[in-house]
Amino acid sequence: MRKHTIVALVQDRPGVLSRVSGLVRRRGYNIESLAVGHSEQPEISRLTIVVESEDVEQVVKQLYRLIEVIKVSDVTFDPTVEREMAVVKVHAPPSVRHEIISMCGTFEAKIVDVGATTMIIEMTGTPSKVENFIEIVRPYGIKEMMRTGRIAMVRGSRGHNAGEYIEAAADSVTAVPA
Amino acid sequence: MSETRTGAQVMCEALIREGVEVMFGLPGGAIMPFYHAMWEYRDKLRHVLCRHEQGAGHAAEGYARSTGRLGVCIGTSGPGVTNLVTPIADAMMDSTPILAICGQVSSTVLGKDAFQETDITGITMPITKHNYLVKRAEELPYVFKEAVHIATTGRPGPVLIDITKDAMQKIFTPNWDVKMNIPGYKPTTHGNRKQIREALRLLSEAKKPLIMAGNGVVMAGASAELRIFAEKLGVPVVTTLHGIGSLPENHPLNIGMPGMHGWVHSNKAIQECDVLFNIGGRFDDRITGKASTFAPHAKIIHVDIDPSEIGKNVKVSVPIVGDARNVLLALLEDMPSHDELAALHGHASDWMEHIRDIQEKHDGKQQYVSRANTRGMALPPHDVYAALSQTLNAQGNYVLVTDVGQHQMWAAQLIDFNAGPRTHITSGGAATMGFSVPASLGVAVAHPNKTVWVVCGDGGFQMTNQEMATIMQEGIKNIKVLVINNGYLGMVRQWQELFEGKRYSGTPLSGPNFAKLAEAYYWKGITVERTEDVRAAIDEAMATDGPVLIDFRVEREVNVFPMVPQNKSIGEMIESEV
Repeated sequence: MRKHTIVALVQDRPGVLSRVSGLVRRRGYNIESLAVGHSEQPEISRLTIVVESEDVEQVVKQLYRLIEVIKVSDVTFDPTVEREMAVVKVHAPPSVRHEIISMCGTFEAKIVDVGATTMIIEMTGTPSKVENFIEIVRPYGIKEMMRTGRIAMVRGSRGHNAGEYIEAAADSVTAVPA
Repeated sequence: MSETRTGAQVMCEALIREGVEVMFGLPGGAIMPFYHAMWEYRDKLRHVLCRHEQGAGHAAEGYARSTGRLGVCIGTSGPGVTNLVTPIADAMMDSTPILAICGQVSSTVLGKDAFQETDITGITMPITKHNYLVKRAEELPYVFKEAVHIATTGRPGPVLIDITKDAMQKIFTPNWDVKMNIPGYKPTTHGNRKQIREALRLLSEAKKPLIMAGNGVVMAGASAELRIFAEKLGVPVVTTLHGIGSLPENHPLNIGMPGMHGWVHSNKAIQECDVLFNIGGRFDDRITGKASTFAPHAKIIHVDIDPSEIGKNVKVSVPIVGDARNVLLALLEDMPSHDELAALHGHASDWMEHIRDIQEKHDGKQQYVSRANTRGMALPPHDVYAALSQTLNAQGNYVLVTDVGQHQMWAAQLIDFNAGPRTHITSGGAATMGFSVPASLGVAVAHPNKTVWVVCGDGGFQMTNQEMATIMQEGIKNIKVLVINNGYLGMVRQWQELFEGKRYSGTPLSGPNFAKLAEAYYWKGITVERTEDVRAAIDEAMATDGPVLIDFRVEREVNVFPMVPQNKSIGEMIESEV
């Protein structure tokens, strides 16, 4: 099954993430990652979902059924910038520190903490680059790791401008009093 | 200018503003402020006290399905609202516009497992079109407006509003000047013109075209347009379970119900057709059988207001997203001239003749009724339906509500529905046993001048018959309940007989004396055990100025045929006992 990257703009109302994740679960879609955060507009959040599905069109249509979902697109075949971050705590006694530091240089990873026998490395990049980096440091002993979900943005002037969907309601009073 | 109100008063006024006249519900601790307030508005806002929240929910559904208007039900926090879950799920499956209003514990204790606290918005997320938790009274005017809009527009569905007790009690000055802000909710109501022309092109070039009419036609109020459309093309029409009534069954182009218990010729027409025009149906698996074998020769045109239904279960050649009535009007506008359709008319009439030939080779209503009659049974269920169908067609002014199971399929098959849309009300997608008696309450409240006939099984009847008391308390006289009592959970027993070696595990079912039970509720109760007494009992029910229950003690082990076994093609039907 093919992996698809879906970008969605949603109204930032309580429970919206729960609605999205609940939908994905009950319809049996296989999620690889889900990242959510603010967009450029305060009342609109932005999601990137990586999903494995034979019928991604159904996934998109089902997401659209959620009232708070404003815009959904499958950007798998669009030119995009995709990023993931991993924070990795590596076993790093003084004897191997230099090797690790030089590898970090090659991968443009940042060393954000150095302890007596450990280092914390922050690695940001394309999903495959992050994956490669993790494989490279794995032999040293990964003590802890946390990876974020993928985030994606379409290159150029096309894309997902949240402001467009604010303007549509610009003449209406703030609907729910703050 | 605006005076101060309590949150609960604002709820009442919001409902009145939205045109709500009736609510079905039960009070309880958390919802008490709402009940306190509704007393002041009782002239405009009628409250029907049900015996169980499930009854209130189905009553709201019956009200909504028989009128097309919003149905409203009420429950208190905790068990009150969890009892509403079944009707909400039922309304979701059958696209019924209902609003569930729920009391919630005060915001000060919310999330602390307070007395009768339940996360009902969490529970109902997958089974509502949308839901809300309101903790601030100031939000009430907006939330009610948006909720009613969402429930009743696009593809209708259930919406739930959970309101904390303190929000209902708060005194404030409501701001009614609210505009809706739902950028993600803009239902497409008018079909794409290019696709509409493409649909007409496919239909006019077809040799074996077929129209399938579903719930969407009924909900859009598009029956008249459907009839004109079918007549202009001269194309036969199948009506799904929820499409019953969208075209009268005595219309020459109506070839009946397809699907698991549809007619052989209706299903064969689907399997042989070259263009299938489905309007307002969702290709449910009870219609398609094994989906990969469905309509193998057909190019499919699918009209649905919900884009996610298109391409979900079957591959579609021409998708049209829109309201059934608007799409039919556009189709009629772009309709080729009579001369241009000459070729189609020729093909369609040959095709119709072919379908009628198939129909003659297989049993239909008459054959099933007369055969049941010759098998020496004291009371074959078919005889009840034959008599009821006569009464309904003589009377005309009725709504028939059915429950779920064998009796439901017999009603759909054996009764001639000629009285238009919204006269056959049943639980289809969710198939909720216990639907019929409480739903009939909602129908009767909406239609005091029609006779509301209920056909239900002895299993479903025993799930929600407590609403007989509600019906009596409300002084409702126009409900007549016909229990098709075979002492089994009959549809399950039928499957056990046909596919599980007659292992009747958990299906034999006893009950009380239903006529006496009815009498205990101050209804009239009649027991019928022989065919000879059916007519008199139905006439008596009709003539009685009050609710009546007839307990038809029918032959116990009778099956519903024809039948498509699970996961088979609809072309492979079992037509009678082997």
